[in-house]
Amino acid sequence: IDYTGVSSDSPCYNCAKNFTWNTTEPCVCTVNFTLLQPNVFMYYGLSNFYQNHRRYVKSRDDRQLNGDLSALTDPSKECEPYRKSGDVSIAPCGAIANSLFNDTLVLYYVDSNNSKIEVPLVKKGIAWWTDKHVKFRNPAGNSNLTLAFQDTAKPVNWAKPVYELDPSDPDNNGFINEDFIVWMRTAALPTFRKLYRIIQKKSGTTPTLPNGNYMLNITYNYPVLSFDGRKRMILSTISWMGGKNPFLGIAYITVGSICFFLGVVLLIIHHKYDNRNTSADIPS
Amino acid sequence: RPCPADEVFIPPKFCDNRIVSSKYTVWNFLPKNLFEQFRRIANFYFLIIFLVQVIVDTPTSPVTSGLPLFFVITVTAIKQGYEDWLRHKADNEVNKYRVTVLEDGRRIQKESEKIKVGDVLEVEEDETFPCDLILLQSSRDDGTCFVTTASLDGESNHKTHYTVPDTERDVESLNATIECEQPQPDLYKFVGRMHIYKNNEEPSLRSLGPENLLLKGATLKNTQSICGVAVYTGMETKMALNYQGKSQKRSVVEKSINAFLLVYLCILVSKALVCTTLKYVWQSKPGQDEPWYNEKTLKEKETNLYLNMFTDFLSFMVLFNFIIPVSMYVTVEMQKFLGSFFISWDKDFFDSEIEEGALVNTSDLNEELGQVEYVFTDKTGTLTQNNMEFIECCIDGHQYKYRDASSEVDGFCVTDGPVNTVQQKAGREREELFLRALCLCHTVQVKEGFIASSPDEIALVQGAMRYGFTFLGLESKTMKILNRTNDVEMYELLHVLNFDPVRRRMSVIVRSISGETLLFCKGADSSIFPRVKQEEVETIRMHVERNATDGYRTLCVAYKHLTAEEYDQVDSGLREARLALQDREEKLMAVYNQVETGMNLIGATAVEDRLQEEAAETMEALQGAGIKVWVLTGDKMETAKSTCYACRLFKRNTELLELTVRTLESPGKRREDRLHDLLLEYHKKTVQDAPPAKTRVASQDYGFIVDGATLSMVLNSSSENNLHDYKDLFLQICQNCTSVLCCRMAPLQKAQIVKMVKNSKGSPITLSIGDGANDVSMILEAHVGIGIKGKEGRQAVRNSDYAIPKLKHLKKLLLGHGHLYYVRIAHLVQYFFYKNLCFILPQFLYQFFCGCSQQPLYDAAYLTMYNICFTSMPILAYSLFEQHISLEMLLENATLYRQIGKNAMLRWGPFLYWTLLGVFHGLVFFFGVWFLFSNPALQDNGQAFGNWSYGTIVFTILVFTVTLKLALDTRHWTWINHFVIWGSLAFYVFFSFFWGGVIWPFLRQQRLYFVFANMLSSVSAWLVIIVLILLSLLPEILYVVLRKPRGPYARQKLVQSSAGGIQSPRSSARPLLMRTFSDESNTVS
Repeated sequence: IDYTGVSSDSPCYNCAKNFTWNTTEPCVCTVNFTLLQPNVFMYYGLSNFYQNHRRYVKSRDDRQLNGDLSALTDPSKECEPYRKSGDVSIAPCGAIANSLFNDTLVLYYVDSNNSKIEVPLVKKGIAWWTDKHVKFRNPAGNSNLTLAFQDTAKPVNWAKPVYELDPSDPDNNGFINEDFIVWMRTAALPTFRKLYRIIQKKSGTTPTLPNGNYMLNITYNYPVLSFDGRKRMILSTISWMGGKNPFLGIAYITVGSICFFLGVVLLIIHHKYDNRNTSADIPS
Repeated sequence: RPCPADEVFIPPKFCDNRIVSSKYTVWNFLPKNLFEQFRRIANFYFLIIFLVQVIVDTPTSPVTSGLPLFFVITVTAIKQGYEDWLRHKADNEVNKYRVTVLEDGRRIQKESEKIKVGDVLEVEEDETFPCDLILLQSSRDDGTCFVTTASLDGESNHKTHYTVPDTERDVESLNATIECEQPQPDLYKFVGRMHIYKNNEEPSLRSLGPENLLLKGATLKNTQSICGVAVYTGMETKMALNYQGKSQKRSVVEKSINAFLLVYLCILVSKALVCTTLKYVWQSKPGQDEPWYNEKTLKEKETNLYLNMFTDFLSFMVLFNFIIPVSMYVTVEMQKFLGSFFISWDKDFFDSEIEEGALVNTSDLNEELGQVEYVFTDKTGTLTQNNMEFIECCIDGHQYKYRDASSEVDGFCVTDGPVNTVQQKAGREREELFLRALCLCHTVQVKEGFIASSPDEIALVQGAMRYGFTFLGLESKTMKILNRTNDVEMYELLHVLNFDPVRRRMSVIVRSISGETLLFCKGADSSIFPRVKQEEVETIRMHVERNATDGYRTLCVAYKHLTAEEYDQVDSGLREARLALQDREEKLMAVYNQVETGMNLIGATAVEDRLQEEAAETMEALQGAGIKVWVLTGDKMETAKSTCYACRLFKRNTELLELTVRTLESPGKRREDRLHDLLLEYHKKTVQDAPPAKTRVASQDYGFIVDGATLSMVLNSSSENNLHDYKDLFLQICQNCTSVLCCRMAPLQKAQIVKMVKNSKGSPITLSIGDGANDVSMILEAHVGIGIKGKEGRQAVRNSDYAIPKLKHLKKLLLGHGHLYYVRIAHLVQYFFYKNLCFILPQFLYQFFCGCSQQPLYDAAYLTMYNICFTSMPILAYSLFEQHISLEMLLENATLYRQIGKNAMLRWGPFLYWTLLGVFHGLVFFFGVWFLFSNPALQDNGQAFGNWSYGTIVFTILVFTVTLKLALDTRHWTWINHFVIWGSLAFYVFFSFFWGGVIWPFLRQQRLYFVFANMLSSVSAWLVIIVLILLSLLPEILYVVLRKPRGPYARQKLVQSSAGGIQSPRSSARPLLMRTFSDESNTVS
C-alpha cells in the first residue's frame, strides 16, 4: 500500500507536505484498506532508494557493530560524514545507520461493527540469526546499555539514541535491534522491500488474518519525496521457497518447454536420419 | 718468452677472461628483473591499475589486483632467478677453473678468469681450452695436436691443428708479436700473423690461420700437452660470440592474443566512459546526487568537478579491469612449458640407434607446429640418411660396379671389380691412377677406422679399399697407401686446397717418391667439367648423368701433372695468399682457381645415399595436410630430382616446370630474356589457368625446379626495371605448385628463399628442417626450425627449436602434436577472454542499478580469487590433455590438419562467437538474478537478501557455468581433468563457506558473513542457480548434440552441390569427421 502521500486525496498528504526534521509531534495518518487473503509477513518497501550506492554501502563500521570498544569511540573513516557529531563519535556511525527507516506501522482489523482490533505484530525473527547473534553485538562489559553507549552520540537523523530503539526488550535493543539489523543489510536494487513484522498464525484453523477490512496506522517519519522515492507496506505469505516470485515459475516453464520441444525435434531427427552409420562409411 | 714489443704494438684494452652469461647479480636482481617484467605490456597494465587503486579512492581494495600481480611477478621472478643461478654456477665453474700459465719461465696456477691476452698457457690432454689460443708448442713431434670441437659445433671427429712454424722448439726464448683480426664469430675463419724477433735479425713473418687457432670450449685429445698464447679472451672468444646470435621467435598465437587484448582494452575503456557519463547524467537529476540519507563528505564536495570525473573514470577502469585476464599470460606460459614435455616424453620419437628422443629447445612455438604451411627440407641427411655407400665408379667412360654377382649393365660387363677385368676396360694404369686419386684426395684420418667431416670421403676411401688401395694414414705430411701388390707407396703432401661449398671441389698437391708432383682434384661435375680438357668430358658426362638420375651422389676426379716451375709458382702464390691479413679468402681462391685448370679427367664416382625410413610416407602425409614441401639442396638437379620422385614429392602425373641454367640456354637469346619468357609462360600455366583447374576433379599437379644460379638471377637482377615482377612471378608460380625443388643452393640462398616465402602475402608459417651446418641459416630464418640429430654434427640441432632423431617423426610432430597444441592454446586463449567477459559483464550491468556509483557486485575475495583459484586450473588441465580428435586419427587423416590452417581458431569469427557467448552468459546471469530479486524475500522465513547475496548468487552461477562449459568442451577425460574440474567447484563451495563462516578481524566489513550459507538455505536461490546454468549452457548442449544428426545431412548436401568436385583426399576425411562428432555427442548426451 503506497502511503507516501503524493496526491492530495491521500491521507498522508499533509504529513508528507508538512514534513520537517525538527517537529517534535509525530504526524499520524490513517489509511483504510481491505484485505482479502490471509497473509502473514509484513514488509515495508522503498523505491528509488539507492541503498546500493557505493558511498552508502561502505558507510558503516562492522567492528563497531560487533561491539568492539575501540571502534565504538573511534569509528572507521568510512563513516564520514556521519562519523562524529561535534567531538563525540556517533554510534552507530555511517550513512546506513543514520537513514534507518523509522516509520511505525500498526495494523488494525476493522470488524463488522466498526471497532478496531490491533493485529499483533511480532518484531523478532526478522533478521538473520547469525547477524543477530554473531555479527551484531552490543558493546561488551556493561549490561546497562545506556552506560555502554555513554560516550557516543546518536545519529543525526535519529530521534532517540541507539539504546532506546526498543526499551521494552533488552534482547532487541541497541545494535542487536532487529529492525536496525534488517536495515543494515543493504538491498541489492534501488527498489527493495525489507521484512518489518511477522503476523504469527494463531492456533487452530482460524486464518492468520481473517477476511475483512483493515486499517494501517502510520507514524510518518521517513521522508522520501526529496529524492522522488516511494514507500509501501506489503503483506505477503511465504511458501517453502520464499516470497511470491513469478519469475522462477516463468523461467522454469520456458526452459522446460524449450527442452521438451528440442527433445521432440531431436527425436524426430533421430528417427529420420538414423541411417547415418551406413552412410558414414562410404569408402573413398 | 713472448712479450709484445712495445715499439711495434701498443696493446689496446682487452677484456679479461671472465665469461658472464648470467643476467643478474644478487644486488641488481630485484630492480633489473622487475624492470624486465614490467616491460611486458600486460604486467605494466596491471601495475598501473594497482597504482591507481592505491592512489585513488576506488571501489576495490588494491589487494584485489595487487595480489594476482604479485603472484605472477613472483612466480616469474623465481623461475628467472633459478635459471640465472644455474648460469652463475656454470659461469663460476668455468671462471674459477685452474689453468697453468707460463710466466717468466715458471709455471703458475691461475684462475681461468685472470688470463690476459698474451699469456702463454699450458693445456693438458682432455682439458678444454680456457680461451682462444694460438698453438705454439705441442708435445707431439710433428708439431700438431688433435682437438675435438664437440661442444662447439657437435662434430666429434678429431681435428688437427698445427703449431706456428719455427715456434715449437723454443717457446722459452720466443719473442714475438701477433697481429690478428678483430674478434668475429665465424668458427672456421681466422687470419693473423706473427712477427718473430730473433736476436738482431730481421723479424720473420708467419701467417696464422684457423689451423693454428685453438678455440675455447674445444678439448685437447691424443696430445699430452700444448702451449699456446691467448689471443681472444672472455667475451671475445669465438664461442662467446657465437652464443649471442640466437633471436627470439614469437608465435602467431601471441600476436592474436595481443590483438584480442586491444579489443578488450577498447571495450574496457568504452565501458568506463559509458559509466562515467551515465553517472553524471544520473547525478544531474535533482535529489539523486546527494539525497539526505547519503551525503558526501567534505572532501568530496570540495574537489573539482573535472578531477572528480577523472577519478571516477579511473575507478571504473579499476572496477572492470578484470576483463583483461591477469593470469592468462602465466597460464599460457605454464601450458607451453609443461606441454613441451609431451614432445620430449613421446616414446614414438625415441630412436634406439642414437638412444635419444626428441629435444625441445624452445617451448614458445608449440602451437606453431599446427600452423605450418611451408616445409623447407634439406635433402642430404634429412630426406636421405646421409649413410654413404660407394656404388660404382667410371674410369675413362668404363663402368665399374662392385657386386658379388656380375650382371649386365649399360652394355658393359660388370664384375667383381676391376682387378680381374683388364679386357674391355680402361688401361690398368688409368685404373690405378684413379684409385690413387681416391686414396689421396681427401682429408680423412685413420683412427680405428676412418674419420672425416664428410661421409662422402669415407665412402670413397672405403670404396678404393675394396678395389685394393688402402689408405694407411698421414704421418708428418706423408701419406701412405697400401697398393694392390701390398707395397706401401709414400706421397708427400704438399698442399691441401680445401673443400668449400662455393668452389664445390677440393684438391691435393702431392709429390711421389719418384719426384713427380701431382694435383688431384675431385668435385661436382659442374665445377670440374669446365676445368678439364674438353675431349674427355662427354664419355664421362653420360655416366654422371645416368648415375644422378638413379639418385646417386656423383663426384668427378681429375688430375694434373705439375712441372717444377709450375709448382714453385703455386707454392709461392699459396704462401703469399695465406699470409695476407685482408681478403685472404679471395686471394686463396684466386690461386686455387688458377691451379685447378687444364686438368685431365680420369673418372667419376657414384655414392648412394639411402632415403630415410618412411620418408615418402611422411612427405605424402605432409602434402595431404595441405603443406607445401620445398626441397632445398646443394646437390645436383638430377640427383635431387630422383630423390624427389623417390619421396613421392613428384608423382608420375606431375608436370615439371624447370627453370634452370639448362632451360635458359637457348640459341639466339639472352638468358635474361629467356628467363622472362619462361617465367611468364609458367605463370600463365600455373596461376592464370589454375582457378578452373581447381574445380575439376583431376587438377594438374605442378612441380617446379629451380637452381641456384637462376634463382640468383631472379632475385638479384636489380638493374632491370621489371625485376620486382620477377620475384612476384616466381613466388606466385611456386605457391601454385605442389612441390618445389631448389637445387644447387648455397646455405645463404636457402635462407633467402625461406625469407622470401615468409614475407610473402599472407605471411605463411614456414618450417625448416635440416641436419647440417649448411641448414642452420634456414633453420634460424624460418618460423619453426627443426634439427635432425643426424651425422653432420650437432650444429643444426643446437640452433633449432625442436630436434627429432628422424625425418619420419616430423609427421607426428606436425600432424599430431602440432595440431593438438594449436587447438589447445586457441581454446585456452578464447576461453580466457570469454570467462572474464561474463565475469565482468554483470558487474558492468549492475552499475545501471546502483546509480553508477562503482559499487562492485562481487566481494573483493571473489574478484581476486576468480582468476587465480576458481577457474584457472581446469583450463590449464584442459589445455594440457585435450585431444579433441585422437592422435591416431590425426595421423591417419592428414587432411584434418587443413582445418586449423591459417590460424583458423583465433580469427575474428571464433573470437566473435566466444565474445557473444560471454555476453549472452553475462546477460543471463545478471538479469536472471535481477528478476529473482524483484522480490528479495527469498528465504522460507520471509527474510530478505541484500546486495552481497545478489553478487554471490551471480558469482556461483558464473563459476559453475564457466567450469561446466569447459567440461562440455572436453573430449578427452583423464583423471586429472576430473580431479581439477570437480575439485575447483568443490573448492569454490568450501572456500565460500569458510570465507563467510568466520568474522575476519583484518577485514573492515564483514560483507559475506554467512551470505553463502544463507543463500544455500533458500530454495529459490537453488532453483534459480540451476535454471540459469541450464539456460546458459543450453545453446552449448544443443550445439554439441545437433552436430550428430545434422552432420551427414548437411555434408551430403554439400557433396551434391559441389557436384563431385571434391578431391579424393577430402572425401576420405568426411566420414571420419562424422564419426568423431558422433562419438563426441554420445559422450555428452
